[in-house]
Amino acid sequence: MATKASRSAARLMMAPAVILLLGWMLVPLVMTLWFSFRNYLPLRGGDQGFAGFDNYVRFVTSSAFWPAIGATLTIVLGALIITIVLGVLLALLLDQPMWGQGIVRILVIAPFFVMPTVSGLVWKNMFLDSVNGLFAQVARMFGATPVEWIIDQPFASLILIVSWQWLPFATLILLTAIQSLDREQLEAAEMDGATAWKRFWHIILPHLSRAITVVLLIETIFLLSIFAEIKMTTAGAFGTKTLTYLIYQRVLESQNIGLGSAGGVYAIILANIVAIFLMRIVGKNLDR
Amino acid sequence: MARSISQRRKTINTVLAWSLGLLIFFPILWTILTSFKTEGDAIAYPPKFLFFDWTLENYAIVQERSNYMRYLWNSVIIAGGSTLLGILVAVPAAWSMAFVPSRRTKDILMWMLSTKMLPAVGVLYPIYLLFIKLGLLDTRTGLVIVLMLINLPIIVWMLYTYFKEIPAEILEAARMDGAGLKDEILHVLTPMAIPGIASTILLNFILAWNEAFWTLNLTAAQAGTLTAFIASYSSPEGLFYAKLSAASTMAIAPILILGWFSQKQLVRGLTFGAVK
Amino acid sequence: MGKITLKSVRKSFGETHVIPGIDLDINDGEFVVFVGPSGCGKSTLLRLIAGLEDTSAGVIEIDGTDATALPPAKRGLAMVFQSYALYPHMTVRKNIAFPLKMAGLDQAEQDRRVTHAASILNLSSYLDRRPGQLSGGQRQRVAIGRAIVREPSAFLFDEPLSNLDAALRVSMRQEISELHQSLKTTMIYVTHDQVEAMTMADKIVVLNAGRIEQVGSPLDLYRSPANLFVAGFIGSPKMNFISGAEAQRQGCATLGVRPEHIDIAPDGPWQGTVGLAEHLGSDTFLKVDAGALGTLTVRASGEVALSHGDKIRLQPQPDKIHRFDTDGKALR
Repeated sequence: MATKASRSAARLMMAPAVILLLGWMLVPLVMTLWFSFRNYLPLRGGDQGFAGFDNYVRFVTSSAFWPAIGATLTIVLGALIITIVLGVLLALLLDQPMWGQGIVRILVIAPFFVMPTVSGLVWKNMFLDSVNGLFAQVARMFGATPVEWIIDQPFASLILIVSWQWLPFATLILLTAIQSLDREQLEAAEMDGATAWKRFWHIILPHLSRAITVVLLIETIFLLSIFAEIKMTTAGAFGTKTLTYLIYQRVLESQNIGLGSAGGVYAIILANIVAIFLMRIVGKNLDR
Repeated sequence: MARSISQRRKTINTVLAWSLGLLIFFPILWTILTSFKTEGDAIAYPPKFLFFDWTLENYAIVQERSNYMRYLWNSVIIAGGSTLLGILVAVPAAWSMAFVPSRRTKDILMWMLSTKMLPAVGVLYPIYLLFIKLGLLDTRTGLVIVLMLINLPIIVWMLYTYFKEIPAEILEAARMDGAGLKDEILHVLTPMAIPGIASTILLNFILAWNEAFWTLNLTAAQAGTLTAFIASYSSPEGLFYAKLSAASTMAIAPILILGWFSQKQLVRGLTFGAVK
Repeated sequence: MGKITLKSVRKSFGETHVIPGIDLDINDGEFVVFVGPSGCGKSTLLRLIAGLEDTSAGVIEIDGTDATALPPAKRGLAMVFQSYALYPHMTVRKNIAFPLKMAGLDQAEQDRRVTHAASILNLSSYLDRRPGQLSGGQRQRVAIGRAIVREPSAFLFDEPLSNLDAALRVSMRQEISELHQSLKTTMIYVTHDQVEAMTMADKIVVLNAGRIEQVGSPLDLYRSPANLFVAGFIGSPKMNFISGAEAQRQGCATLGVRPEHIDIAPDGPWQGTVGLAEHLGSDTFLKVDAGALGTLTVRASGEVALSHGDKIRLQPQPDKIHRFDTDGKALR
């Protein structure tokens, strides 16, 4: 029923949400852009005039920039690979007949619901701590020297923590996708003589490709901006300053707003590139 | 040829799955167990699993110190408040998009989703500045507004999908039965949409509770949430594992329980319909 | 009560002209069936009458009043949907009472009418169940009950039996016909099944691509189809169409003769070989390869001992032959 009356009612009802989100998006964005073009150092007296593209140049030429990119890529890629590969395997396993599947799902899902700060602190202290952490104690039981995880293996530690948190997400999504696969396709393949491996490679995996892509894109967007885990564990030290953390430090710690804002703009552009791919898939689905 | 799933295969699957499940769940389990130990037992070597003197002292200590109740209450208010505010704004929007779609509806929906992907760090300073100017820094109100805004796209999206699942014919039948717009929404749409609305509230409460960027950077002593409360354990004095465990357990327990009920909502809400 | 008139009614969705223009009169108390293949616009036409879609042009009159701009609630009509469209969160009782509640009737009156409708439709023992707990046929009756209580000027049925299995369809068909006999209210019924149309209708409207091909009683359409389309649509199995030399000999472009009007006669003018023989016991259907005449379907009564490969001769009943010109129109 699309009469004129209901159409104008509809527009009215959409207005608050649209206005709020528009404001939320535009206002801070415009401000960030503004700051990025200015020399803004609150600790040294505030706005010191137009800076042109200086901040943008300084941001990418600073000695911290490329390491930050490297750190970001390492953590994001590491977490992506682990969560997706293990996610597929776990999803396949959970799809098999077994007893107590519901409870296993609950066990596997749990880490996603743990607060990032809890996650960071619990892992750092109770597991990875080289004196009292569980990993160290287990190592000692086998006569090995415990690893200084946070200090010597900061990336491994962070990737471990982040993967642990996001594995449930990947598993759940992939499991949902697997369960939507038509059983009869697999049965037909079996009757055609396909082995379990062939069935996986030629039928299951292609069916999963759309879900894997979605998991990839969504995780990337969220992983690019992880914050609390880093703050609680390495606080950016030992080379783990990701792009997000670098910008955060520039803004809130060293208070170079202009520089930090320029960095922020880079981060926004990066996230938007990933978002465009994701939105294309979402858009295709909306048409169904 | 009839085929039964071999008991052996089922057993292998079960053992494998349970082992992996317990392995993944282990850190949480360990935290909960440690919360009942004394600090000495918490770092004992070899590590004590189940056989130690169980005590509740950590819970008591945590609650006494550092205004735990205030942080808890803040978490509840901020997560609940932002979710409810979001629902109020989102229900009309989702209704109009689901039932009176126009050519721009899909674009608007996708635009809303894209605002969720804005990296928070990119707008950190402007928001910070605005909050100072408006006196919202370290207030619950300020945080309710921010969290409502970052979750609004997901709330609108989820409600939209639930509304779309209501068969249009039922609403048409209501119209033929003489129901006006108000009656249609009140007597037919809302009762049918209640499960969907409840699911949306559930997932968004969880997301707001766990949010750890704005809650850490925009609050201090007054409006701090449990995320900040836990963060205060990052510079400890002396033995603190058991206390950290107790604080952590209290912080995550409600959400773990809620989370177990919201698996389906998670898939629907966070994949934006790209996976069915 | 229940007189509906359509004048030059048109409906387009954007560039697609679903209904180019329809004029139709429906009299009070008639059982009218809109029938036609998928996509012919019959459901659209029904929804236009109901008010669920706006007309692009034309006038819809209900009992003499121009109802074209009226919303569905104000037209005094009731509709039974293909999927029943019952309110899943309400009991049967509340479902049936809903329109009365919307009309503002007091509780006592609502209860009275619900009880009455329930007893007519054998639903009295299900009043406190939810739709999810009912079978397809029971849900169908609840949908009808919800329509009855409104005491509308006309009932609109949108393919109500398509979701039922074959046996249920037959019994529900009869129930609806009996309902019509007792209520005597106008009923407009949409279906793609010509058997339903033939058995239930006072008047059939055959639609094709948004146009009315013919309006008439079931037997009118059977005996005197106005064109090839109606001739081929009404009657099962389909009428045999013969073109070419034989048709020209009889003075037309296409000859039509129904399977039941071809007799097996040892000295008949047509001859052919039996391809397929279907023995139902009550009837025998033969697919006969008749050479230049094409493949003919022949219906014989009772059991006939013919099978694949037998050669037979056929005699069409001369007064039952239909002739059509090059435009497909019937020649009288």
